[in-house]
Amino acid sequence: MAEQPIRVLVAKPGLDGHDRGAKVVARALRDAGMEVIYTGIRQTPEMIAEAAVQEDVDVVGLSILSGAHLELFPRITQLLKEKGKDDVLLVAGGIIPDQDVPQLQALGFTGVFGPGANTNDLVKFVQDEMAKRRTAAHR
Amino acid sequence: MRQGEPLAVARAITRIERGGQDARNLIRALFAFTGHAQIIGVTGAPGTGKSTLVNALGKEFRTKGKRVAIIAVDPSSPFSGGAILGDRLRMQELSGTGIFIRSMASRGQLGGLAAAVSDALIVLDAAGFDVILVETVGAGQGEVDIAKHAHTTLVVEAPGFGDDIQAIKAGILEIADVLVVNKADREGVSATVAALEMNLSLNPDKRAWRPPVVKTIALSGQGVPEVIDAIARHQAYLDENGLRAKKDAARFDEELREVLKRELLQETLNAVPRERWNELISEIITRKQDIYSIAEEILDARD
Repeated sequence: MAEQPIRVLVAKPGLDGHDRGAKVVARALRDAGMEVIYTGIRQTPEMIAEAAVQEDVDVVGLSILSGAHLELFPRITQLLKEKGKDDVLLVAGGIIPDQDVPQLQALGFTGVFGPGANTNDLVKFVQDEMAKRRTAAHR
Repeated sequence: MRQGEPLAVARAITRIERGGQDARNLIRALFAFTGHAQIIGVTGAPGTGKSTLVNALGKEFRTKGKRVAIIAVDPSSPFSGGAILGDRLRMQELSGTGIFIRSMASRGQLGGLAAAVSDALIVLDAAGFDVILVETVGAGQGEVDIAKHAHTTLVVEAPGFGDDIQAIKAGILEIADVLVVNKADREGVSATVAALEMNLSLNPDKRAWRPPVVKTIALSGQGVPEVIDAIARHQAYLDENGLRAKKDAARFDEELREVLKRELLQETLNAVPRERWNELISEIITRKQDIYSIAEEILDARD
């Protein structure tokens, strides 16, 4: 059986009106052979969790510029847990101050890619993490 | 999964996409529970508003108390194998309504419907959905293929898309059960409708069913009840003329052939080691043998 493409949900929770970064990320992931479900701006935590479940994604990438990450991300991870979809690789991006990173990591965000992050690094990170997870699953 | 529980349904579709024996076992277990869902195909050129229309149709079916599932198919990049699956973006309104939406990439299926899509239909049917809307990009072969899997096929057009040529494009009129002219608030809508009606009159096909041409503005919902109505009339036509069984026969005939094609090809390829394959390709390049002779050699070697 051929290696299955990695399925990634790229979502923008909250009230950001600007999504160029998220679209750049979506394209980079696609060019790396991943299937990217991009749900657009103004997503509520409920919408994001619903999409993550229905699309059975491997990765949930949350992009936020408004500074509401500490408010919104815990609600999203809580909903994912409630719906039984807490096996995803969680990645965060956007405007996220360094001092908030430990809190996000505690929530389960394995990767945080703030301003200035390189898409190549992000792609490699997702690929490496998924490779680890898939190897573990086959044991 | 048979109760339609979202996580279970989603995981089942993922198993289908992975393929292999696991997928086959799943289909085997579920198949007896299928045959209830109404499958509606929605196809047409990119940019005609298919996703927005599917969103509106989903809403409408839901208000009638139907359990609705949507499969949105987008093409995989032939270069990277990846895809941007962006149809869900147009269906925000359906969030929280119990409508199940799954985005699927064509995964290298050369035109046509991804193999996993027809199997995903089996999963959704077995999960008890009443209506399954399948949206595919109309890019030649893809349009025709969805028609083989759906009970009713909608072809979506829009004004200003080189309509005269679109309207007479081979296969479109033959596969459409309902023709939808979306973005009907745009200039040229009357000309588009006229072109379609004229072509339907000039090329009467073998069916007794003349596809109605319905104008819609999917964004506002205008014309959508008329589309649902046209779908219902088509379903009634199929039932009254005993055509549903014929459609099913055609669908399963097609699917069986597709499965056999894939299985036999894979089996044949598996029997030829990579070095030998490369050798054979070299023999073609150097004109030592032609393709048909090589193919014969490979097939004979199987026995």
